[in-house]
Amino acid sequence: MAKTLYDKLWDAHLVEQREDGTALIYIDRHLLHEVTSPQAFEGLAIAERGLWRRNANLAVPDHNVSTLKKEREAGLAALPDVVSRVQLQTLDDNCEAFDVVEIPLNDVRQGIVHVMGPEQGAVLPGMTVVCGDSHTSTHGAAGALAHGIGTSEVEHVLATQCLIQKKMRNFRVEVTGKLGAGVTAKDIALAIIGQIGTAGGTGFAIEFCGTAIRSLSMEGRMTLCNMAIEAGARCGLVAVDDVTLDYFRGKPMAPDGASWDAAEAWWRTLHSDDGAAFDRSIVIDGSAIEPHVTWGTSPEMVASVYGRVPTMADMPDETARIGLSRALEYMGLTEGMAISDIKPDAIFIGSCTNSRIEDLRAAAAVLKGRQVAPTIRKALVVPGSGLVKAQAEAEGLDRIFIDAGMEWREPGCSMCLAMNADRLLPGERCASTSNRNFEGRQGSGGRTHLVSPAMAAAAAVTGRFAAVSEATQDLGAGA
Amino acid sequence: MKAFITHQGLVAPMDRANVDTDLMIPKQFLKSIKRSGFGPNLFDELRYLDEGIPNADNSQRPLNPDFPLNMPRYQGASILLARENFGCGSSREHAAWAMDDFGFRAVIAPSFADIFRSNALKNGILPVTLSSEQVDELFEALYAEAGYSLTVDLQACTVSLPNDEAWSFEVDPFRRNCLLKGLDDIGITLERADAIKAFEVQHRNRFPWVFEDIAL
Repeated sequence: MAKTLYDKLWDAHLVEQREDGTALIYIDRHLLHEVTSPQAFEGLAIAERGLWRRNANLAVPDHNVSTLKKEREAGLAALPDVVSRVQLQTLDDNCEAFDVVEIPLNDVRQGIVHVMGPEQGAVLPGMTVVCGDSHTSTHGAAGALAHGIGTSEVEHVLATQCLIQKKMRNFRVEVTGKLGAGVTAKDIALAIIGQIGTAGGTGFAIEFCGTAIRSLSMEGRMTLCNMAIEAGARCGLVAVDDVTLDYFRGKPMAPDGASWDAAEAWWRTLHSDDGAAFDRSIVIDGSAIEPHVTWGTSPEMVASVYGRVPTMADMPDETARIGLSRALEYMGLTEGMAISDIKPDAIFIGSCTNSRIEDLRAAAAVLKGRQVAPTIRKALVVPGSGLVKAQAEAEGLDRIFIDAGMEWREPGCSMCLAMNADRLLPGERCASTSNRNFEGRQGSGGRTHLVSPAMAAAAAVTGRFAAVSEATQDLGAGA
Repeated sequence: MKAFITHQGLVAPMDRANVDTDLMIPKQFLKSIKRSGFGPNLFDELRYLDEGIPNADNSQRPLNPDFPLNMPRYQGASILLARENFGCGSSREHAAWAMDDFGFRAVIAPSFADIFRSNALKNGILPVTLSSEQVDELFEALYAEAGYSLTVDLQACTVSLPNDEAWSFEVDPFRRNCLLKGLDDIGITLERADAIKAFEVQHRNRFPWVFEDIAL
């Protein structure tokens, strides 16, 4: 029978199917960070349970870490935020006590867990991958079955190497055609969420396919799958192809030699079969997608950069009108205003969505030889890992950002969720390459507009939301 | 895990769609390494007029008088009535811990986000899915009558209204059994340790690279 990619990954990891509809699924790789793991380790210790398979687990600190070079060099003991320090120290202590491999704070391989995982080849095609973090959906870009879990499940995986799951339904999102200039994976993600809503993918694993997806790099596919959870789907997936294999070949933890050949043979089968049945399918014309900007407090509140904030008259019912009115009040916007009239105070380029080398290159291409507008009060560029940072510096991207007036920081989650000191002040408006524009997400009272790295850079230059072509017309596009 | 069999309690409203887990428990409180103590910071940004700080004395903070959970008529509420896509966003189980610590035993909504639903069920909190029309009707009744209570019966899978009407709802049979008996998932899975070991042997033969040492 023709199978979907999700069906194949599920079947290859099915320990047992039970009569009540649940199943035991085997987990190949478990990534850990400091925020969602302490209570899981504590649970193991209380129950006197050990790890099922030590080697399945890889930990890295990312959410709380300082992105200031001086604070990083001073080490954990000098971190001014005592509460963050305790949580980071607890990860170190737990990894030591349970013999879990941990990438240390100041190792060049440290980074956001979802940047580090693929970069190290700790995540590979065909694996089941979990992490106590909803953006684990990122790894579906590799053709891996990957999703976020809660802390009870972190403990469950540590103790049993399995999860109790119900099979999700299959959702096929085909993006056809060729993307326009300046349109990126982030815009595809926002366009899809704008169309199906933040609950549109609930209960589904979404497979992204079509010519526009095939043309994306691995970085772009990671951006797209990362945002699957913002459409409600725990998993995003992209079939394995040469782009996938080229990305993983030579990664530190990837197989090599005969082992690679055996792996490649299996990985080559990781696509949906012709005629495989999907429970839901949509087709989107990729050539018609414009650069997107969110205007509200949910990722589905999104419009083209050439568009406008909706009006009350556009809303289908009273609940939607109340939602719009609340979002506009929080965001300090008026109904019907042009997106290009919205003026950010801050720029954030980073997060597990958009902090990889390709993202930094796209932002730098816009910023090269230009200056951040004087109305922008803060502008941070936070690379996703030490290796991304080193690569960017080797290419001179750090100089472009610094010369433009931006801050070049150390890797971490940073202002995506503001668990460290990087945050918005109440009322501050940010053009952000992160994934969530929820109330208070980037700092209490902060206002987030989600955009691609190129669009964040364009906003930095013009001081308002603008297409890249507009921001670069002075010197010619990509000068 | 504490068992859930039947629960009668006062209902409080959370009358907005897409309530995300950032709203339920803001990021600064995720720095705690404990499972308990999150209740005073549940819905922190809606509940208080100042900014919440970890380990602060929340009893001294200015309350938002317009937020339902601060209103006298909803004091002691243990059932939350909510709208579509409740619990979307982050996988933080802290959201479920905060609901539990506050005293909520059930949430009634037309739909839930997957990860929050799973986290709630693992913490003895029952997510009850009713139709949008039923939820509308409950909101209306709740606003009309102070002290509005409901009974959620997991044995019968029903929500009983004050007028003795009973609406049925569906729960995954496995989760229902765990909740009724207060069973711990890990204990249940470890009873199948032999099956996991047998699977692991064939999985290792098939995909040996997955099991390679990941030493740095």
